[in-house]
Amino acid sequence: MAKTIIGKIWERHIVYEEQGKPDLLYIDLHLLHEVTSPQAFEGLRLAGRKVRRPDLCFATMDHNVPTRNLPVINDPIAKKQITTLEKNCAEFGIPLADMEHPDQGIVHIIGPELGLTQPGKTIVCGDSHTSTHGAFGAIAFGIGTSEVEHVLSTQTLWQSKPKTMEIRITGELGFGVTAKDVILAIIAKFGIDVGTGHIVEYTGEAIRSMTMEERMTICNMSIEAGAKAGLISPDETTIDYLRGRRNVPEGAAFEEATEKWLALATDEGAVYDTVLEIDAEKIEPFVTWGTNPSMGSGISDTVPKVSDFENESDKEALKKALTYMGLEQGTPLSSIEIQHVFIGSCTNARLSDLRNAAEVTAGQKVHPNVTAIVVPGSRTVKRQAEEEGLDKVFLEAGFEWRESGCSMCLAMNDDVVPAGERCASTSNRNFEGRQGAGSRTHLMSPAMAAAAAITGRFTDVRTMKFAHV
Amino acid sequence: MKPINEVQSVMTPLDRKNVDTDQIISKEFLKRIERTGFGKYLFYHWRINADGTENKDFVLNDERFKDSKILVAQENFGCGSSREHAPWAILDYGFQVVIAPSFADIFHNNCFKNGLLPVRLEVDEIEELLAKGKAAPYSLEINLEQQTVTGDDGKTYSFEIDPYYKQMLLNGWDEISLTFQYEAQIAEYEKQHA
Repeated sequence: MAKTIIGKIWERHIVYEEQGKPDLLYIDLHLLHEVTSPQAFEGLRLAGRKVRRPDLCFATMDHNVPTRNLPVINDPIAKKQITTLEKNCAEFGIPLADMEHPDQGIVHIIGPELGLTQPGKTIVCGDSHTSTHGAFGAIAFGIGTSEVEHVLSTQTLWQSKPKTMEIRITGELGFGVTAKDVILAIIAKFGIDVGTGHIVEYTGEAIRSMTMEERMTICNMSIEAGAKAGLISPDETTIDYLRGRRNVPEGAAFEEATEKWLALATDEGAVYDTVLEIDAEKIEPFVTWGTNPSMGSGISDTVPKVSDFENESDKEALKKALTYMGLEQGTPLSSIEIQHVFIGSCTNARLSDLRNAAEVTAGQKVHPNVTAIVVPGSRTVKRQAEEEGLDKVFLEAGFEWRESGCSMCLAMNDDVVPAGERCASTSNRNFEGRQGAGSRTHLMSPAMAAAAAITGRFTDVRTMKFAHV
Repeated sequence: MKPINEVQSVMTPLDRKNVDTDQIISKEFLKRIERTGFGKYLFYHWRINADGTENKDFVLNDERFKDSKILVAQENFGCGSSREHAPWAILDYGFQVVIAPSFADIFHNNCFKNGLLPVRLEVDEIEELLAKGKAAPYSLEINLEQQTVTGDDGKTYSFEIDPYYKQMLLNGWDEISLTFQYEAQIAEYEKQHA
């Protein structure tokens, strides 16, 4: 029978199954960071348990770390969380890329960089953006701290088999339209809970012609559509990315692995529980105007009006969102002025994202009313960008060039947007207070954020001058 | 984990859709390394104004609901971040049950690991509960064994729940101890996939 990649990977990881119970699934890779792991390690200690497979774990620190004046952490509680992770990794024998390590970075950026993320794996992390790793054809999902403890102790999880969903992206992307615009358009069209209870496979020509970094941006925001996970069947693009990476097999073993990986792809004629479709050619550069990721529109659009909605609770939700965001109904998006720009996060802080932003930035100046920062996703991305001279492009334009980490995506460190101020952000969530109490977040692509940095307002990137960098 | 079966109290009507975990527990409170002490930060930026005073318009600050153990909200409760600090904060504040038409997956999972009961009712049933609960204090009795929610006016709703998770909540089981019973199967899987 024709199977989806979701079914194939799931079946291969069942350790135990019984009617009336979730399946006991084996976990191939467990990524850890400082914020959601301390209570799990403490749980192990209290129960006198050990980590079953430290060799299948990998830890780093990203959420709390400062992006300047390293290695000083001023916040004593944040510092304690960092040192706790160091102690826990040492005690339980878990590999750690700490703050000083050349591999340090956002956990979802370094997993793929190090070749730890591979097709066919089950991957978990105490972080909802674990779905990023699905870009390689892996089942990757975020878990809570109790589940982190469960995986540490048993290398397994009890999981009810989710439903399957295909989101087909047909046609080709237009000039200036990126993977970020595609995923924001998907969430705006189908809603932030369309994926609840499902694993989504993204398919279609637009996906096939995307690079791995673009595919990671798409899969990263699956959780913003409510999905348990999002993935893409592996192809030659996947194989090319993996070849030669540190933790990937070499030589004949790589060829053997390649054959297995490519065979994971969804079989022709496989059936999904739900199929959705979106036309890539109709997507334009996107900007969110509200307080959840589905509240967004194409740049040539306006902030919606209450009268656009029929349902009372939708009208109420719009009013609340616009009050929080300080926006009037019907305002053209391209007239909204901003004070901050954040280029970073597990969604959009890989090398190609920085290149896209640099193409728009080169030879221009950041608007005098705007504070703009670039936070590379990892030490490796930072090094590579500097080798290409991207840091100079940004610095000459008036951006700040920072150290890697989650930074202003969730503002757990000192990178905070002040109350009432507006930020053009390449991150993934625009919830109330996400970038600081009272802050107003607008999600968009790196190129759109760079355009906003220069003009001081949301600007259709297709009207900007693109430089070769 | 504390077993849970019957819970009776006035309900707190939180008439909002898509309540995300950033609102339930804001990131500045995630730096603690313990599981306890998060209750006072629950819905912090909705409860407390920027000047540090209480927001009198927010339902949790309404004296009539101070001792409530049951929170009722709209669709897609708990969306966003995987932070288990969200159910920890809800429990630590004093709630034992959250009733909504739907829950985000990770939050839903996290509830069962902590003895917080998530109850799914139909959208129109939630509308009815919220209307009653907002008009005047409305008490509910939840019975997990029976899978029922009964109002103080006698109106009863029944709900579905996965039998595995139901047993876990009723018995307060520690899932890791249960999984250790399958250690032989785990070892066998590892042997075959080495």
